[in-house]
Amino acid sequence: MSGDLVFYGFALLTVLSGFFVVASRNVVHAAFSLLFTLFGVAGLYAQLGADFLAVTQTVVYIGGILVLVIFAVMMTRIPRGDAPRRGLDRAVPAAILALLVFALIYMVIVGTRWPERAAGAPEATVAEIGTGLMTTFVFPFEYASLVLLAAMVGAAILIRERAPADDAADADDAAGEGEVRS
Amino acid sequence: MQVMTDLFARIFGDGLSSLGLLVAGGLTMALIMALVMASCAIVFTWAERKVAGFIQSRYGPMRVGRWHGVLQPVADMVKILGKEDIVPRDADKPLFMLAPFVIFVGSLMAWAAIPFAPGFIAADLDLGLFYIFAVSSAATIGILMAGWASNNKWSLYGAARGAAQAVSYEIPLALACIPVVMITGSLNMNDIVIAQQGGIWRWHFLHDPFLFVAFLLYFVASIAEVNRGPFDLPETESELVAGYHTEYTGMRFAFFFLAEYANLFLVSCVATAVFLGGWQPLFGPVFLPGLVFVIKAVLLVLLQMWLRWTLPRLRVDQLMHVCWKVMVPLALVCVLGAGIWMLATGQAG
Repeated sequence: MSGDLVFYGFALLTVLSGFFVVASRNVVHAAFSLLFTLFGVAGLYAQLGADFLAVTQTVVYIGGILVLVIFAVMMTRIPRGDAPRRGLDRAVPAAILALLVFALIYMVIVGTRWPERAAGAPEATVAEIGTGLMTTFVFPFEYASLVLLAAMVGAAILIRERAPADDAADADDAAGEGEVRS
Repeated sequence: MQVMTDLFARIFGDGLSSLGLLVAGGLTMALIMALVMASCAIVFTWAERKVAGFIQSRYGPMRVGRWHGVLQPVADMVKILGKEDIVPRDADKPLFMLAPFVIFVGSLMAWAAIPFAPGFIAADLDLGLFYIFAVSSAATIGILMAGWASNNKWSLYGAARGAAQAVSYEIPLALACIPVVMITGSLNMNDIVIAQQGGIWRWHFLHDPFLFVAFLLYFVASIAEVNRGPFDLPETESELVAGYHTEYTGMRFAFFFLAEYANLFLVSCVATAVFLGGWQPLFGPVFLPGLVFVIKAVLLVLLQMWLRWTLPRLRVDQLMHVCWKVMVPLALVCVLGAGIWMLATGQAG
C-alpha cells in the first residue's frame, strides 16, 4: 500500500513536469522543469529496487547533462517578435506523429515478456553490477570507455584549433584549456 | 532512522502500524537534520565573523549578548525575517521564487546519509557516498536557476561560474574518495567508518601515502565545491557584486546563506567519515561518538574559515588550471597508487 502511494507520487511528478517540458512556451522553463522529470524517474528506479541506477541517473542526468542543457539553452538567443508559427498545418502532422510513436511504444510494452521478481525488500545491486562490469562485461565496458576517451580527445582538439586565433577568448573558456602564461 | 523508528515503537507500542512508524521516524529524522542545518548556519556565521576578526586583528561582533557577541546571529535572524521580500520587476518570477529552495533541498537530501554516530543515520544506504555526491549536484541547478531568474548580468556571470566550478571540482572530489572505497570495499558510510576502528593509525588518511594525498585533494576540492574562498569566484564582491544571490532579500537570501553553511559542514562531515575515522576517537574505545564526530567536522570547518580569510582569491583560468591539470591527474595517480599499495601489502582480496 505504502509502495503504491510512493509510486503514484513519483509517477505524477514525472508525468506532470514532463508535460510541462513539452507544453511550456518558455524554453528555459522547459529546461528547468526537466529537473523534476529526471528526479521523478530516479525515484521510480529507486522504488523498483534499482538503487544504483537511481543514483547514477541523478549524477549523470541531473548533475551533468541537465547542467549542459541549461547552459546551452541560456546561451541561445530567444527569438523576439516573430513567435513560432502555429496552425493546423503544424498541429495535424505533429498529432499523427505523436500517435504513431505512442502506438509503437505501446506495442513494445505489451509485446515484451517482462521478467518478474518476487516482491520483497530490494537487495543491494552495486556489488553485483561491479562484479559484472569487471568479469562478464569487461570488454563492452572497456570499449565504451575507449569511445568516450576518443570523444573527449576530439572535443579538446576542437577547442584547441580555435585558441591561437582569439587570445582573449581562452581566458573565459572554462574546461580543458586553462593555459597559464608566465 | 532505525533509532527513531525503534524509539517510536517503544513509545507507542502496537498503536502504530509499520507504515506509521516509518513515516514518523522519517519525518522526525528530517526535522532533526533541518534543525542541525539551521543551527550550523547560526553557529558558523558567528564563528566566521569571529575568525575573520581574529585574523584581521579586530574584534568582530562584540555587543549583542554580553559575551563576545554570541547572540549576534539571533539578532541577524530576527532582522532578516523582518526584511521585505523583493522580486525584481523583470525577473523570471517562478524560477526566482523556486531557486533558493532547490539549493536548500539539494543540500538537505545529502544530509540523509551522514553517519553521526553508530546507528544514528537518517538513511543507511549501501550507496551512501555515491548518493551524497549525486544529490548535492542538484544544487548546481539551483545556482543556475537563481542566476538566470534574477535577469541581471552579474548574477548570470556568478551562476555560470558557480556551475562550471561545481561540475569541474566534483570530479577530483569523487576521485579522491575512490581509494577509500577500494580499501573498504563498500560505499556504505557506516561500513567506511567502522573499517577505521582502532585509533588514529587506522584512520584512512594515514593508511598509506597515496591516501594522505587523496585527503588533501578532497579537502581542497571541497572548498571549491562549496564556492568558498580562495575559490569564491561565483560571488567575488569586487567583480560581481555578490554573484547569483545579488537580487535576493529577506528569507530567500537567508536560504542561500543557510545552504552555504550547511554545505560547508556537509563536506567536512564527509571528510570526517571517509578519511578521519568518523565517530572513532583518537585512541581507546568509542566514547561519546556523536560529539567526537561533530568536533572533528567543526575543526575542519574552522580550517576552511582560516584558509578563506588568509589566502587571496584565484583567477578564473587559474581555478580551472588547478582542477583539470593538477588535481584530476593527481587524484588518478592516487587511485592507481592505492591499488598498487594494496597489492604490494597483500590487502587486495
